[in-house]
Amino acid sequence: MEPKLSDYKTEVHNDWCPGCGDFGIVSAIQMALTEMKIPRHKAAIFSGIGCSGKTSHFINVFGIHTLHGRVLTFAQGAKLANPEMTIVVAGGDGDGLGIGAGHFVAAGRRNVDMTYIIFNNAVYGLTKGQASPTLQLGLKTKSLPQPNVNQSVNPIGLAIASGFTFVGRGYSYDVRQLKDLIIAAVKHKGLAFLDVLQPCPTYNDINTRDWFAGLGNIDQTTRKSQPRIYKLEDTGYDPVVHYSSEEEVNEKLTQALIKANEWDAKIPTGIFYQNELIAPYEQRIADRIPNYLENPPADQPISSGGKPITDISKILDSLEV
Amino acid sequence: MQSTDITWVIGGPQGSGVETAANIFAGACAGMGLKIFGKREFYSNIKGEHSYFAVRVSDKKIRSNINNITMLVAFDAETLFRHADDVYPDGAIVYDSELVQIKADEVSTLDEEYKSRLTKLLFSKNKELTVQGMIDLCKDKGVHLYAVSFKGILANLSEETQNPKIKTMFRMLNVIAVSVSLGLLGLPPATLLKSVESVFSTKPQIAEVNKQAANHSYNFATVKFPKLKYTLPVITKEPNTILVQGYQATGIGKIACGCRFQSYYPITPASDESVFLESNEVFEVTNNRPGSTIVVQTEDEISAIGMVIGASLTGARSATSTSGPGFSLMAESLGWAGINEVPIVVTLYQRSGPSTGLPTRHGQDDLMFAIHAGHGDFPRIVYASGDIEESFYDTGKCFNFAEIFQMPVIHMMDKFIASTVATCKRFDPNLIKIDRGKLLEKIEGDDYKRFAFTEDGISPRSRLGLENGIFWNTGDESDERGHISEDPVNRVQKMDKRASKLNLVLKTIPKEDQVVSYGVSEFCVVSWGSNKGPILDALEMLKKEGLEVGFIQIKLLQPFPTDHVKSLLKGVKTIIDIEANQSAQLGSLLNEHLDKKVDYYILKYTGRPMTCTEIYDSLKKILENKAEKRQVLTFGA
Repeated sequence: MEPKLSDYKTEVHNDWCPGCGDFGIVSAIQMALTEMKIPRHKAAIFSGIGCSGKTSHFINVFGIHTLHGRVLTFAQGAKLANPEMTIVVAGGDGDGLGIGAGHFVAAGRRNVDMTYIIFNNAVYGLTKGQASPTLQLGLKTKSLPQPNVNQSVNPIGLAIASGFTFVGRGYSYDVRQLKDLIIAAVKHKGLAFLDVLQPCPTYNDINTRDWFAGLGNIDQTTRKSQPRIYKLEDTGYDPVVHYSSEEEVNEKLTQALIKANEWDAKIPTGIFYQNELIAPYEQRIADRIPNYLENPPADQPISSGGKPITDISKILDSLEV
Repeated sequence: MQSTDITWVIGGPQGSGVETAANIFAGACAGMGLKIFGKREFYSNIKGEHSYFAVRVSDKKIRSNINNITMLVAFDAETLFRHADDVYPDGAIVYDSELVQIKADEVSTLDEEYKSRLTKLLFSKNKELTVQGMIDLCKDKGVHLYAVSFKGILANLSEETQNPKIKTMFRMLNVIAVSVSLGLLGLPPATLLKSVESVFSTKPQIAEVNKQAANHSYNFATVKFPKLKYTLPVITKEPNTILVQGYQATGIGKIACGCRFQSYYPITPASDESVFLESNEVFEVTNNRPGSTIVVQTEDEISAIGMVIGASLTGARSATSTSGPGFSLMAESLGWAGINEVPIVVTLYQRSGPSTGLPTRHGQDDLMFAIHAGHGDFPRIVYASGDIEESFYDTGKCFNFAEIFQMPVIHMMDKFIASTVATCKRFDPNLIKIDRGKLLEKIEGDDYKRFAFTEDGISPRSRLGLENGIFWNTGDESDERGHISEDPVNRVQKMDKRASKLNLVLKTIPKEDQVVSYGVSEFCVVSWGSNKGPILDALEMLKKEGLEVGFIQIKLLQPFPTDHVKSLLKGVKTIIDIEANQSAQLGSLLNEHLDKKVDYYILKYTGRPMTCTEIYDSLKKILENKAEKRQVLTFGA
């Protein structure tokens, strides 16, 4: 039976604020799972803490709502123990780029085959609007007592520097594009990162839906407001590393970093960088342990009739006196 | 026949091959059928600081070190300064004859605190503050002194083999020292050569030249010196004996009982176990394709425990190994595993805290922390092994506990067990039982509830990937499906469900696995963990004098087996708590749970493990009614 979109929805009451950008992301994930026909028991959503952390409860696949900043660690453990699972990780910007930044960088180095979506709204919503690591220096969103004193981190740039092999950005009010990006990210062999711009209607009164749509972004010649968001694919941008020559890799990394630095008047979305020529972590294990992918930790038989079946005699022989 | 009991100590700067020498010595003696108990002591340092290895050898079962040294081997001055005074009056010192002029002030790694104590000692005996002074001090006591030019031996060997390179192969001084010692102790040379070969088995060329050196030095010693009164007897080797270290025993236990995922962050003294697992990552499985353990080195301990939880959710038996500082970082995730009833095993190799403490030294400082780590109330099991052999079998039990009761298990180990090398009966995997509790293989229908309320408080467990077994987990309080719930009635039901499992633990785990009684009498020692060995050896020493002291070893520390301990201690008049921490952490548990209070404390927190000599002395004081309520042990460099 063909899976339907409704199969991937739970009946859990969604308590996000009206107009929250998170709704679009959950819909896009559900649409992507439906379109890819991933059996419900073969998929898991791992989420962090904060508004975005509740995502796993709204999607009818395995849902693991973890700890603040630690979601990537739980997800990687699960994926490495059962590489057959399709794993999508959902977390906030504070979760992934503040408290969890160390795990973000380490995950990039590993390149485990899964998808990581950051819900980026530049504020800590569930604790009433403090500045998150992606809020620009000097901005004073409405519940900040003083303007933000920190520089913002660049999620795309950090992902590229950390070694993520797929780096993209979506916008939560463009659900169709976001769904396509999620599908591309899930199909990517390796760790995919999606920075999803997601206005917080309650606490971020600067980077609003209208702001992204062009509010205050006046074209000097036409005197009309210009949408800030545009799609890289519409500009003929090619994010993919095809041959892995040093020259090509440098070129693709550099253009991605230049695009990552665009903000304010022109904000690119789409795939910034993709390199499938770098082996995922699972492949690196399989190079050492040939039957790893067919016989991963989750599937290995360990006992028969309550007795261990692992043969430790060789190890014990080596210790015999 | 008089029994053999020899303690051989070799010391030297870290990185100079002290451990290799000790392995050759231990291997040679074990090869003769002798029992071995050896401990490693080292600084938190890569090269240069003083490290030493104390190997005790006997024809009887031994489980600890003693205070005195039968034979000290030194090729540096510091070893003599630090250990020579511990040599038996009729013991021996084998030392490099070139060292005698060295002044204590010239040894930069001798710290001021020790130097001032040393100065006092030598001054009180009217000796100068040099190696010669130290040697004279020992000579006055009657110690046999063997001054050997180690470099001279190298030169002679170089000449004999016509290999000029050998002259400067100072790495071989260790092998030379071991071989001279074994020559003096009268061990057959073939056993020595076999042990050298085995230690260098992966490097045949190095093995060859080391064997030449061993042979040459052995002959040198037997020709040049008269044999010592202490000799190593030839006895029948017991079949199925292994020479093993604690971290290996736990590692092998994990492989045997089906741990298939381990993540860790490097930390002393825990990471040896993870490295061992990775070195043995692929293994044969009876009637199956080869199996493997995935070992992941993570970015920190938070990630290590996060990965373990994730892996466990797929149904794989999963664990991490760490020490105090790393375990501190794991506290939050431990609570997550608790509220979500995830079976995980944390092997906690304790060392001296707080903070970085004495990072390479022994301690049992983390009992209370293991019991209480994490915010909020959630059930966990804290289980402590007493020695190397126990740690193999207990590892299997810990995984069973984790899966049967669906909660985190903290397996308490320590630096003493981790880095002790001892002869053991070959581990028997057939004595391990594997019980996966309510782990489901198959689920029908669409109404699965991960946290379904059941009579015994334990819900059937699905795993990621299992059809019809979809569930949700959250660190928030949740309903039976695992969705967030802040309902007050559900909250009480869920809290009580989880807490009720602790009673089940006490009811289900066999009594003899909770507490081991070695007999109780009027005076009774209560202890936990690696103090077991020195306590049993000390009790044996007392027994020889007709003095009876009982001993119970508590292995299950959380939940605390109050009723069982009470019944075991029924006729006991005097309770003696022995442990390796400053605040008597087990003692406070006993005082909390028992009607009787602890009468005496024997504590050690120098960072060095207890010796049986120390425990014997302090117990004797208690028996003679001459003891303070609290005795603090201090022996050991």
